[in-house]
Amino acid sequence: MNFEANLPNGSMTAAGKIKIGWFSFSCCEDNTIVMTEVMNEHWQEWKKLFDFRHARVLKSKNVLDELDIAFIEGAIASDKQAANLREIRAKSKKLVAVGACAVVGMPAGQRNFFDEKQRQEIEFLLARFAALPKVLKVSDIVKVDAEVPGCPMEPDKFLEVVNRVVDELKAKVQA
Amino acid sequence: MHTFDLTLDRLTKVEGSASLEVRVTRNRVEHVHFKITEYKRFFTQAIRGKPIVALPQLLARICGTCSNAHLLASIEACERALNITPSPQTILLRILTMYGLAIRDHALHLYLFSLPDIYGKDAFLDFDENNPEEHQLLHDGFAVKAAGNFLATLVAGRSVHAVHPTIGGFLHFPEEKGIAEAIKKLEEARPAALRLIEIFKSAPFHFDRHTNFMALIPERYGFLTGSIATSSGERIPEERFGEHLERTVLPYSQASAYQHEGQSYMVGALARMNLAKDRLHPRTRETLGAALSLFPSTDIFYNNLAQAIEILHSIDDATDILKTNTFRPEPIIQKPTRRAIGVGVIEAPRGTLYHRVSIGDDGVVREGEIVVPTGQNQINIEEDIFRLVGDLIPETPKEKIAFEIEKLIRAYDPCMSCAAHFLKIDWQEGPRRPLTPLPRK
Repeated sequence: MNFEANLPNGSMTAAGKIKIGWFSFSCCEDNTIVMTEVMNEHWQEWKKLFDFRHARVLKSKNVLDELDIAFIEGAIASDKQAANLREIRAKSKKLVAVGACAVVGMPAGQRNFFDEKQRQEIEFLLARFAALPKVLKVSDIVKVDAEVPGCPMEPDKFLEVVNRVVDELKAKVQA
Repeated sequence: MHTFDLTLDRLTKVEGSASLEVRVTRNRVEHVHFKITEYKRFFTQAIRGKPIVALPQLLARICGTCSNAHLLASIEACERALNITPSPQTILLRILTMYGLAIRDHALHLYLFSLPDIYGKDAFLDFDENNPEEHQLLHDGFAVKAAGNFLATLVAGRSVHAVHPTIGGFLHFPEEKGIAEAIKKLEEARPAALRLIEIFKSAPFHFDRHTNFMALIPERYGFLTGSIATSSGERIPEERFGEHLERTVLPYSQASAYQHEGQSYMVGALARMNLAKDRLHPRTRETLGAALSLFPSTDIFYNNLAQAIEILHSIDDATDILKTNTFRPEPIIQKPTRRAIGVGVIEAPRGTLYHRVSIGDDGVVREGEIVVPTGQNQINIEEDIFRLVGDLIPETPKEKIAFEIEKLIRAYDPCMSCAAHFLKIDWQEGPRRPLTPLPRK
């Protein structure tokens, strides 16, 4: 897939790159691994086109300022995570939920379906770490612009959504 | 005179979420808390009441990066509970699945997480394509990762949450065209693996502290079979492994930690290399020669070198297996359900992984237990940091201490996704206790 053809005419950043954030909440981070595998074939394009402003898996010096696209994997398990997600939303032009835990809240939210006995067993741990009573999907908390479902996400679907979101950003810049 | 609290809110270039708190008072380290901050997903609760056939795919979701290791450990535990002996071809396909994982996972850690520290960069993507050495490494890194990914996908269907391995065999078998392509990609990746070994052999980082090591040692160097060996010379059968671990609650961490006979220990590539380097593939041994004499070692940064050597071994042995075997469709082995306990132990990329499952006559899971590598390394990591910080004060600036700590933790290649999501929830703060033992035969 050729991202270059879809680059906005006006630059998203001073360096002409699209500012990307990649954030992981409660999940197994399978989509992070898939993203780094997709990178095997696309790293040269991405190096030119994307400015990874905030991606803890890739770098140490992370900045959460204005993002063009924020990718969110994982479900939301605490108020602290919810507040972090709201901050990301407020600073991002587009927010994309990637993977089943972000899109439908499962399997990270499997405790939502525990019976009474199971709930009692885990209660002290939820209290100790200030976890929410129910695990939430991303769209329960913020507006989501696009979704890439799957456990893990399908690489082709991910690329398709990235391309579409880049197109939308381009249209907005031209408008 | 240093008195400070040092807090790293979230470590970077590691899998998952962890933080660190160090307290120093008058040049003396008071405490080190390595906190795994991933929120638990309670897999050991969730598996209860599930049919055994659903277990491996569910438990693969404990961790994205190690998912195929969890999948195979769970399959092994289920097969032992059901008294299923996998076919020789199934074992070969599982070995190949693990090689695909080891190549991809070690390459991710070494190129994307560790190399930037050596080259003074913030990220692997910051490497300069106009610098010949950095240009080569960029291409090497993604080519080696892609070779491992291709092998895992060919054999197991996906490199993450694989779909072909199942209880009793495989649901799909590699075809000749794909095998030829895998051999080509692996052979092309071999020179890159050699360059990587040279880098980590001469890397400037070292940290030496005597500790204990533990790993599953097979007849031929690998990740699937064997008995557990320790650096003090013990041999523990797989099914007894749980009896030899003492769970330790660290109330500030979302994960359980473990000790063996009251002492911390390390699992992972360094442990495997220390205990079994003479079992590496003959071509790997012949190529490396003197590099192998660096082992056994207690230098934690040689965990990186050991991982690089394991990439080479995985390439050599996988190529050998693919060239000398023909894979044909064969039926899944099925057995009636029975009340039983099964244990699966394999070497995940980061170390020994233990799955235990108890099922009833109806084939429904009664309960289970999982011990992951990062949980076993957690106390060793804290003890290393304690020593490291003690060595660095009073002359080192606080920011430099923080960087040195993060670099050291990165050398362990910890996986917090694994460590936080499997807990038994009946643990109590306070004294250690052994894991639930298997019934003695």
